[in-house]
Amino acid sequence: MTWPWSIHTPPAGPEHAASAAVSIHDMTVAYHRKPVLWDVDLDIPEGRLVAVIGPNGAGKSTLIKAVLGLVKAVSGDVRIFGEPLERRRAWIGYVPQRESVDWDFPVSALDVVAMGLYREIGWFRRVRAPHRARSLDALTRVGMESFADRQISQLSGGQQQRVFLARALVQDARLYFMDEPLAGVDAATEQVIIRLLRELRDAGRTVVVVHHDLQTVQEYFDHVIMLNTRVVAAGPTAEVFHRDNLHKTYGGRLTLLEQAAQAVADTAGR
Amino acid sequence: MSAWTLIDAWIVATAILTALSCALLGNFLLVRRLSMMGDAITHAVLPGLAIAFLVTGSRDTAPMLIGAAVAGVLTAVLTQFISHAGRVEESASMGVVFTTLFALGLVLMVRAADKVDLDASCVLYGALELTPLDTVRLGGFDVPRAFVINAAALALNACVIGLLYKEFLVGAFDPMLSAAQGFRPQLMHQALMVLTAVTAVASFETVGSILVVAMLIVPAAAARLMTQRMPSMIAWSLLIAAASSVLGHLGAIEAPGWFGFRETSTAGMMAVAAGGWFGVALLFAPEQGLLAQALRRVGLRFRIGLEDALASLYRHEEARPAFRAGPSDFWLRRLWRRGLAEPGSKGWTLTARGRARAVELVRTHRLWERYLVDAANVRPDQAHHASERLEHITSSDLLDGLDTALDRPARDPHGRVIPRDSRPAP
Repeated sequence: MTWPWSIHTPPAGPEHAASAAVSIHDMTVAYHRKPVLWDVDLDIPEGRLVAVIGPNGAGKSTLIKAVLGLVKAVSGDVRIFGEPLERRRAWIGYVPQRESVDWDFPVSALDVVAMGLYREIGWFRRVRAPHRARSLDALTRVGMESFADRQISQLSGGQQQRVFLARALVQDARLYFMDEPLAGVDAATEQVIIRLLRELRDAGRTVVVVHHDLQTVQEYFDHVIMLNTRVVAAGPTAEVFHRDNLHKTYGGRLTLLEQAAQAVADTAGR
Repeated sequence: MSAWTLIDAWIVATAILTALSCALLGNFLLVRRLSMMGDAITHAVLPGLAIAFLVTGSRDTAPMLIGAAVAGVLTAVLTQFISHAGRVEESASMGVVFTTLFALGLVLMVRAADKVDLDASCVLYGALELTPLDTVRLGGFDVPRAFVINAAALALNACVIGLLYKEFLVGAFDPMLSAAQGFRPQLMHQALMVLTAVTAVASFETVGSILVVAMLIVPAAAARLMTQRMPSMIAWSLLIAAASSVLGHLGAIEAPGWFGFRETSTAGMMAVAAGGWFGVALLFAPEQGLLAQALRRVGLRFRIGLEDALASLYRHEEARPAFRAGPSDFWLRRLWRRGLAEPGSKGWTLTARGRARAVELVRTHRLWERYLVDAANVRPDQAHHASERLEHITSSDLLDGLDTALDRPARDPHGRVIPRDSRPAP
């Protein structure tokens, strides 16, 4: 058992590297007896930028939440770098959907970023000056340092998303899960976020992103998980992101399919 | 003026302790949007108390607190269970849970009243005025029991929130992150519910189960208007709670006399005073108050009027060296008073300072027109209206960015020169 106030070691070097960052075995999740994820078997390789795509209600967010233990799986086993979740929490950074929190909450952007350090700070201890300095650094990385003292409701949607991203960055995790970080953000923010995701990937981090825009999957991600309650396909984007799999994932949703087919065709023609 | 006695001092001191311990928790209930839960729990602890009476046959503090804590957690858990299993919204299931428990509590209280000395109306409305009569010996002094109990409740709340401030904060703001970090937000939530239940019981004798919810929520709600940060919100709520207690007691002994009545309940007047503070905050809070908002709107409108007058003078100067028409006398006089324009022999002209500001405005306006037409495909006639608004809110950084992005254009879409410096227009 780990004591809640025990000191957590920071992410270790490559000697700990396992073959997969995340291994999910036979996982099933149900809400009110309706299965949301069915028999998911997945290996997410380390050091990749991974998209999770699928139609609404396909279980994309649930997959992330189940891996993080935020929703209970009916069955199944999850390993993070070969170990159970409880032993790897310090290695994981999480960016929930922006709508999941109350942005009227009386905290500043810097306060929110510092929350990323709470686990490292540990139970009962306070946020101190060095933590605030690191939080400000993280805000600088997303171009938001001049908004550090703003109350969070005074930020635009894209700025709020950047604050969330800074909060994940400050944790310096090895594995990131992000739930729709590009949903509803302005073009400038999208570029900032994508640049940062690539930096993380290039630094050997694994980044798993729930993504909704099929047109940018090929441009942004190296690896893709196509989900519709079951895993339809998972693998390098170049191998699995094609018409057949999109059809299987999205069923008869033609407008989306056409977009994607167009995107595939455009890339093939380049 | 009634004489202020030692009794009054004890009443006010007890009232302050009650108000502080309630207000401290109220901050977290409020930011979690759980104000209703505070209401539910303060009612639902009643059966817990009654059962504790019935089982032990006494009014000892310990069984009461245990009964209340169990009832508090039960309310929180039942509410979540019913809203989940019955698929109704949380406030609906809260309504079901707390009214049922409250009714059950009242029935049990009436039964318990046969066995022990227990007054239902005292639990409902509190009897702050009577608390100095029931004392305990403490270090050689006779201290009211309610004072000791509420001091203990305040100490408990202050310790728990002091130690776990950060954990409560993240659990309230982002339970998902809190859970992902292993901070057990569910446990923190239940701890808050237990504290609320215990505080409610401690406050029953003083303010009663109905008014305790006013003490939980109103100071925090007023404090939220005063500030945008949690730590200062907590400080404000404590200040308002203490002020309400003092004012409440003064009001209870003084105010009725003005209307020819006898004294009224201090607890009731405390709630009224807290409500009064909320009203004051709503009107006069520095940023979020109604007055501040109105002033900001008026200030903005005035600045826009002034800027429009400046820009209009500049445009006329551009067309003809001087003229008489243009902005109304109202705005011209205000420009003059600020040294931005002056009346001359041939009409009104801009001063150097006025021209510098006017150039900036016109430049901003025309750059935006250029940008809207070139980059956003807006029709030139529509671009004017959008630019008319944008010119008042564009920072100099944004302006430079716009200029660079457009590659420093010389003319706007209507062919007019985009001014760059403030020499008089040729």
